Amino acid sequence: MVNTTYTKSQIIDLLAGIPDPEIPVVSIQEMGMLRDVVITEEGYDIIITPTYTGCPAMGRIEQDILGMMEQHDIAPAKVTLTLDPAWSTDWMSDEAREKLRKYGIAPPLHSSCNKARFGDNVIHCPICNSEHTSMVSRFGSTACKSLYRCNSCLESFEYFKCH
Amino acid sequence: MTKEQALYNYCVRLGDNALVQSYRLSEWCSNAPILEEDLALTNMALDMTGRAQLLLQYAGKVAGHGKTADDMAYRRAEREYRNDLISELPDADFAFTMVRQMLVSTFECFLYAALVSSSDKEIAAIAAKAVKEARYHMAHTSEWVIRLGDGTEESNRRAQSALNILWSYTGGLFETTDADALLLSEGMAADVSQIKTKWQENIEAILREAKLILPADDYQQTGGRQGLHTEYLGHMLTEMQYLHRTYPEAIW
Repeated sequence: MVNTTYTKSQIIDLLAGIPDPEIPVVSIQEMGMLRDVVITEEGYDIIITPTYTGCPAMGRIEQDILGMMEQHDIAPAKVTLTLDPAWSTDWMSDEAREKLRKYGIAPPLHSSCNKARFGDNVIHCPICNSEHTSMVSRFGSTACKSLYRCNSCLESFEYFKCH
Repeated sequence: MTKEQALYNYCVRLGDNALVQSYRLSEWCSNAPILEEDLALTNMALDMTGRAQLLLQYAGKVAGHGKTADDMAYRRAEREYRNDLISELPDADFAFTMVRQMLVSTFECFLYAALVSSSDKEIAAIAAKAVKEARYHMAHTSEWVIRLGDGTEESNRRAQSALNILWSYTGGLFETTDADALLLSEGMAADVSQIKTKWQENIEAILREAKLILPADDYQQTGGRQGLHTEYLGHMLTEMQYLHRTYPEAIW
């Protein structure tokens, strides 16, 4: 029996606070991974989308969502993975970008995925805001980031790739 | 052949290509010449694993036999694999890996860009994700091909010798079967004959910049579509499927 006392927006508000397992400073909603909540007679269906096809955080996110639903006694609940439309960093809110920057990760450039070789994008250092930065490694600790170095303050930092 | 059978074969071929590439790339884990490349090669392998999982899972769904992505990966024999031969060749050195990945990722950029408008919704959705990752792989590997080709005498020699071997396997990327014709008429598959010209132009531009020479001999070894593989795939599967063959019901 579905507890219908919860509306879609209440469920979204509840789940909006779940942090991204790899970058806990932003939530799954701010990242654009929480797509929808569908309430039917069979229960609550939480629709999420992966960032990268091989993103290993998806299993953890599903557990976190189901855990949160159980904690609030909202049942039955299930999580459905959707691929369409494909996740994009363009969905990331300005607030989320600012949170990333304060956390030390340079946020993705808006809608400007660079396909050129030997990339010529200017990535600002999240610490001193200098534009004199250089790429150290195209790939980083997670699928969504690459590694940079600031030539002004000499700190190394991560850049959230455009996707 | 029914439409479902053709679609199943198509998904298996795309999924197997991702899986086999993933395996070869992950063999570099802890063996790459520099730390950054260790990260790059394993990150690319992870993208490929994700892609293989989606495609093989979908293949199982299309066939309706209830097989999971794991069943498809670990419980099929060599002759049931439909990947391109170029992906299964063992890595001779770093230059070989980079030249191979550049050739294949460039092809995949065009392939998945075309599949984004597939009439099959699931293929289109997977393609929309895969194309972004393939572009990143192409950018990274073509940079390396240029660095190596236009680098030292030794790096040029290695990149050229890799290209000489790999070139005769690129024809397999464009190999088609009757199933392809059926899917093409339904607007589900990508027309590889149209991709070929664009692919070749891109490759030639990269090779020119890399000071590498296209081999004069244009003999092409094909067979992957029929499940006829090189001796290397069997060895790879022996290792990859060992656990599942030894402990058939093993789960995490």
